[in-house]
Amino acid sequence: MPPTPVLPQQSFHSHGLDSQRLNVQNSPHQSSDHNSKAHAVKLTLNQVNFFYGSRQSLFNIDMNIVQNQVTSFIGPSGCGKSTLLRCLNRLNDLIEGTRLEGTMLLDGMNIYGPDVDITDLRKRVGMVFQKSNPFPKSIYENVAYGPRLHGIKNRGQLDQIVEEGLKGAGLWDEVKDRLHVSAFGLSGGQQQRLCIARALAVKPDVLLMDEPCSALDPVATAKIEELLFSLKQDLTVVIVTHNMQQAARVSDWTTFMYLGEVVEFGLTKQLFTTPSKKQTEDYITGRFG
Amino acid sequence: MRTSFNNILASGNIFIWGCAAGVSVSLLMVFGLLLLIAINGLGYFWTSDIVELTLKDQQRVMGQLAGREVIPRSVTSDRPEGKSRLRVKIGNRDIYGLDFKWVNDDQVVSQAYPTDVVLLERREWGNMYARIKAIYKGETLQAEGNDSGWIALAPLIDSTNALHQRITRIERVEIGAMNADIEQARLKIRALEMNASTPDTRDRGKIESLKAQVADAESRYQEKTLELDTLRTQFNEYSALMVDANGREKQIPIGQIIRALRPNEMGLMHKSWIYLTNVWDVLSTEPREANTEGGIFPAIFGTVMMVIIMSLVVVPFGVLAALYLREYARQGVMVRLVRIAVNNLAGVPSIVFGVFGLGFFVYAVGGTLDQLFFPERLPTPTFGTGGILWASLTLALLTVPVVIVSTEEGLAAVPREFREGSLALGATKLETMLKVVIPSALPGILTGLILAMARAAGEVAPLMLTGVVKLAPSLPIDGSWPFLHFDRKFMHLGFHIYDVGFQSPNVEAAKPMVYITTLVLITVVVLLNLTAIVLRNHLRKKYAGSVL
Repeated sequence: MPPTPVLPQQSFHSHGLDSQRLNVQNSPHQSSDHNSKAHAVKLTLNQVNFFYGSRQSLFNIDMNIVQNQVTSFIGPSGCGKSTLLRCLNRLNDLIEGTRLEGTMLLDGMNIYGPDVDITDLRKRVGMVFQKSNPFPKSIYENVAYGPRLHGIKNRGQLDQIVEEGLKGAGLWDEVKDRLHVSAFGLSGGQQQRLCIARALAVKPDVLLMDEPCSALDPVATAKIEELLFSLKQDLTVVIVTHNMQQAARVSDWTTFMYLGEVVEFGLTKQLFTTPSKKQTEDYITGRFG
Repeated sequence: MRTSFNNILASGNIFIWGCAAGVSVSLLMVFGLLLLIAINGLGYFWTSDIVELTLKDQQRVMGQLAGREVIPRSVTSDRPEGKSRLRVKIGNRDIYGLDFKWVNDDQVVSQAYPTDVVLLERREWGNMYARIKAIYKGETLQAEGNDSGWIALAPLIDSTNALHQRITRIERVEIGAMNADIEQARLKIRALEMNASTPDTRDRGKIESLKAQVADAESRYQEKTLELDTLRTQFNEYSALMVDANGREKQIPIGQIIRALRPNEMGLMHKSWIYLTNVWDVLSTEPREANTEGGIFPAIFGTVMMVIIMSLVVVPFGVLAALYLREYARQGVMVRLVRIAVNNLAGVPSIVFGVFGLGFFVYAVGGTLDQLFFPERLPTPTFGTGGILWASLTLALLTVPVVIVSTEEGLAAVPREFREGSLALGATKLETMLKVVIPSALPGILTGLILAMARAAGEVAPLMLTGVVKLAPSLPIDGSWPFLHFDRKFMHLGFHIYDVGFQSPNVEAAKPMVYITTLVLITVVVLLNLTAIVLRNHLRKKYAGSVL
């Protein structure tokens, strides 16, 4: 992994958010950074425009996503936060007629470059969906699905990966006695954590989460939020959420999007306490959205 | 008045009643049909008592009652109930020339069920209803009189049945194998002669050794024929002199008798046992007497094997086509046209497929195969004539639209989340198809297979052109190399119904056989479908939707 410079401050502005000066050194999150990789930029978005056919849905997105931190995208429905998330692992490629302009760099590599192996990219950038989507297989097979695809056949090695994945998703203790029963027997929250375990099993650098808690009850939501704190020690998390309290609780950085544009991007604490934009303030105080 | 009518209309009750009536009529028709077939078919296995009728002219009629009806045009104003008549199965076709006889009720003086009447099931000429007069060994008398004759008869029938089995075995298996050897060697000689216009010494040596093989097989064949001759004389050694109700005598060899019964002295238990053995015989033996008697095993076997071969062909083709149409092809005018064409293909009359199968598979493909691989057998065709393979392929063509349509529906029902989940883990599209999409679509694929099997098992018209026969000498699977004989012609239950019911010399006697064959055909279709349905339900449970 190439060493990345400490965030240049101008990277944080978007749409004239120059006033949003972020002093990373003084960030309260510094204390929660656990290793030297802190503050390295994992993903760099530069003037990203995205089109569904002729309809543009993302406008001039500039953003840096910091390694080993949680970045959340908030905003009203249809503001493009899920679209932006799905651009990060090129899942939008599946939809015919989509087009992306601008650059997206993952550790300096252009995600949309001509020589990028999409399967390799998706292996590095894992994803958890809004609706938990375990495969119609056993718990074990769900977690082992990714590693098997990538050529791991050794049973012992697979067992170990499955165990690590399930432990990483905080599910191991609940399912270790029934690894070979259908994943559909699990509760909604467990299924979602199984999906996280499945994503972790391919050892990604970045984990994208698309409203992972929107279909879950508060207890299950709390478990997944707890999980995020441990996950960010090893990987970079980008989470889309509808729930502003959740964004405030779990993320280090928050992006507020509206109508396909980034209105404000900054440290979560600052964005929620002293938003620099009127729109942001209106949204987070519940005046619209 | 008008408003209340409108109210009734608006309440929708009429509509619901109409729907319920539609369902009831459909159910009635289905169950009525099944009941009709079941009653007529299952009744055949029951051995009813033999009645002896004495008529006004002192003639006697003996046989099993087969029905009673009002004589047409006998109903007049002064006699509204009309006159009725009995239909009696009198058997003894070799004596009377007829199996059935009508007897007017007013002709009958008395009716009795004598316990000493014997029913003989015979290999030829149908049943015989008579009394035993004597049993002979050659010309010498062994037993005389009905009762002592009956006692002597049973062990003789057992031994001739055993002999019959041995003779059949020798004819079918041993002599059959020798004939196959001779034929093989002959064909090899022919091939060697055809290949080299001027045979060199090595070829000549081969031909000589093959000719020696032929001679050897022929001498073995001679030995076997001698053995057969002695067995046949034993087989016809004993004979029974039978006498009918009117005293006409008929001598028949014991070898002709399959089973002798005295139905009038049999109890319920005995009759039930005979009933079960009859059922088993029909299911497990070969037909006799132009298919009107005996079993239907070859037809069951042919039907099942044909359906299985068809399934093995139609599923891969249908699934691949559906996968391409649904998952890979660019959705547009072309794909829509293909889809319309596929759906229309399902509506083409089956005889058209039969003609296509005959022209394409039998003549074009089969003829070419013969030219390339079996030139030494020509002009006798091997694959260039109807056979079970061509019939199965024709039916596969006929049913492939059904499989395509339901597979497409199955694929469409696989949630997008499954595909995205798999792709997001770095799977390629092919891996996603094979590991997630197709397993989830399996219930849909199996639904297609079920529909295809139901349609294929019931088709007759295309088979008549592509390989079905009324009597196949051997099954498509047997012990001789290469065990599976795809080129062989076969028997089929649907064609059997047509043949027995409408092409038989003895239609009246064959009527129960038609019902039985229909019943068996329906049962076979239901069993094949049940297998697929059980499998589908198992898969459905496995791939049931997520709890969310």
